Amino acid sequence: MALTDTDRPALKPPTRRPVTRRRQFTGRTALIMLAFMTPAIVFVGLFTYYPLLNGIQMAFRNYNLNDLSDTSWVGLQNFRTLLDDEMFRGTVKNSIVWVVGSLVPQFLIGFTMALWLRRRFRFRGTYQALVFFPWAVSGFLIGILFRWMFNGEFGVVNDLLMKTHLIDTPVPWLADAKYAMAAVIIANIWYGVTFFAIMILAALQSVPDELYEASAIDGAGKVRTLFSITIPSIRTTLALTVLLRVIWIFNSPELIFGMTGGGPANETHIVTSYMIQVTQEGDYGRASAMGVMVVFVLMLFAIFYLLAIRQRTPRTTGRRAAA
Amino acid sequence: MIHNETLPGRIVKFSGLGICLLLTVFPLYWILVTSFKDPGSIFAYPLKYWPSDFSLDNYRGLFDQSNFAVYLVNSLIVSTVAAAFATVISLLSAYVLARFEFVSKGAVMGAFLVTQMIPGFIALGSLYILMTKLYLVDNRFGLVLVYVAVSIPLCTVMLRGFFENVPASLEEAAMVDGCSRLSALFRVLVPVMTPGLAASYIFNFVNCWNELFLSVTLLNSDSHKTVPAALNGFISSYNIDWGSMSAAAVLSIIPTMILFAFASRYIVEGLTAGAVKE
Repeated sequence: MALTDTDRPALKPPTRRPVTRRRQFTGRTALIMLAFMTPAIVFVGLFTYYPLLNGIQMAFRNYNLNDLSDTSWVGLQNFRTLLDDEMFRGTVKNSIVWVVGSLVPQFLIGFTMALWLRRRFRFRGTYQALVFFPWAVSGFLIGILFRWMFNGEFGVVNDLLMKTHLIDTPVPWLADAKYAMAAVIIANIWYGVTFFAIMILAALQSVPDELYEASAIDGAGKVRTLFSITIPSIRTTLALTVLLRVIWIFNSPELIFGMTGGGPANETHIVTSYMIQVTQEGDYGRASAMGVMVVFVLMLFAIFYLLAIRQRTPRTTGRRAAA
Repeated sequence: MIHNETLPGRIVKFSGLGICLLLTVFPLYWILVTSFKDPGSIFAYPLKYWPSDFSLDNYRGLFDQSNFAVYLVNSLIVSTVAAAFATVISLLSAYVLARFEFVSKGAVMGAFLVTQMIPGFIALGSLYILMTKLYLVDNRFGLVLVYVAVSIPLCTVMLRGFFENVPASLEEAAMVDGCSRLSALFRVLVPVMTPGLAASYIFNFVNCWNELFLSVTLLNSDSHKTVPAALNGFISSYNIDWGSMSAAAVLSIIPTMILFAFASRYIVEGLTAGAVKE
C-alpha cells in the first residue's frame, strides 16, 4: 500500500474530543478510509454479491450446463417445475422437520447447560473448552463421525442399545427411511447444543446478580426466578439466537452430506442439500430458482419473526443486547 | 438461585454436566479408537471400546492408497494463505468501521451481515461460471480468493468489536507523536490487539480448512483437492473403507481442534459480542 507516507504535516493532530467519534475529517483521511475499505468491498462484491445477483437472473433462464445451446429466458418456469416436483416438496417438508427437530432440543439442552454453567466452579473453564470442541469440526466431518456410529452392522449406537437391551436386533439407521431422518437430526442436535449453551451463557452473565438476590429475598422459588427474572432479562438474546439458528440450521446441509448424502431414497434431503445436488447435476437454472426461494422465504421469516418479537417485548430496556 | 444451592441440586447439576461432557466427547473418542484399531478388528464382534490391538495400519493404508499427504498440504496452503489475506483485509476495514462515522457505514455493515444469513454455496452455479470466466477453476489460488471473500465479513465484524475495546486515544497519541495513520495502526494498535487478531486468524483458518461445497465445486483434479473435497470422494464410494476413513477424519479434526483450543476464549468473545449486538 502506497499510503505509508511521511508528509505528516498535512495531518492536523486532533485536539478535541478523543472519546466521541464524530469528527470532521480531511480529504486525506477520507482517502485513507477509502483505501482501507476498498479491498474488503472488492472481494465481497466480486465473489459474493456478483454471483448472488447473477444467480437471480439465472433463476429465470433455462440454464443447464449439460446443454448450453439454449439459455433463453423462461420466466417463472423453473419455479413452476420445482413446485410441481414431488421431490422438491418432500425436501421442503424435510427441511421443516430438520429445523424444528434440531432446534427445540438444542435450545432446551443448551439452556439447561447454560444455567448449570452460570455459577463459577472449579474447572469450569476447562469444562467449557472441552464441550466447545464440536465448534472446531465441520458439519461434514460430524456427519462422517455419526455415519460411522450409526452404521447398521458395526455401529457403536446399535451396540450400546443392544447392550442395554433397549433393542434386540440392530437397527439399520441410515439404510431405512423410517430412521434415517431421526439419526441425522440426533447428530445435528449434538452438533448445535454447545452453540446455544455458549450464547445463552454469555447472555446470562450479563444479568446482574442483584436481580437474583432481590428475587431470593422476595422468596421466589427456582422456577419462579427462571420465568420471572432469568428469561425476561435475556429475552432479546434468546429470540435473536433462535432466529440465527433457524436460518443456519436451514442452510447447513454439510452434516447431511457427510452422514447420508441425502439418502436413503432422498429421504434426508433438505432444500439446501437438494439444491447443491441439482447444482452438481448442472441444472443451474433450477438450482438458482431454489436459491432465490430459500433467500426469499428466510427473509420473510426473519421479518415476521422480528416484528413478532418486537410486539411482544415492551420497550426493551438498554441492556447489553440492545447495544 | 444465587445463594441457595442445595445438595441434591448440585448432584443433579454436576451429573447432568458430566453426561453432557461424556456425550460430547464420545464421538471423537470413538473415531480415535477406530482409527487405532487393527484394520481387521474394526469389523468384528464384539465391538472393542478400547484398542487393545493398537495399530497404525489404518494411517499407513490411508497414505499408501490415496494422495492424502497431497490433500493435507493443499488444505494447509489454501487455509494459511486465505486466512492471512482475510485477516489483514478485515483489519483495515474493521478499523475504518470502528473508528469513523460516514454516510454509507450502515450500508456496508448491513451488506456484510447479510452474507452471514446467506450461505456461501447459495449461488454455487453462478460462482462457478464466474470462476470459469476468470480462468480460476481447478486452481488453488482461485479457491483462496473465494475463501478470502467468504471470510471477510464475519472477520470484520469480530475485529471491529476488538477495536472498540481499544481506546482511540492510543493511536491518536501516536499520530500526535508523528506516526502516519497506517503506521499508527500497525505499530500501536496491532500489538495491543494481538490476541484478537490471532483468534480471528485461527477462526478464518479453521473455516477454510473445513469448507466443503466450494472446494468440491471449484477443484477437479485430484492433485488440487483439499481434505474435505477428498473426503467427499471417499464417502461417495459404494464401500467405505472405515479404517482409512477414520484415520483421515482424525487427521483433519486434530489440527483445527488444537488451534481452537488456543483461541476459543477470544472466538467466543468475538462471536457472542457480534451476535448479541446485531
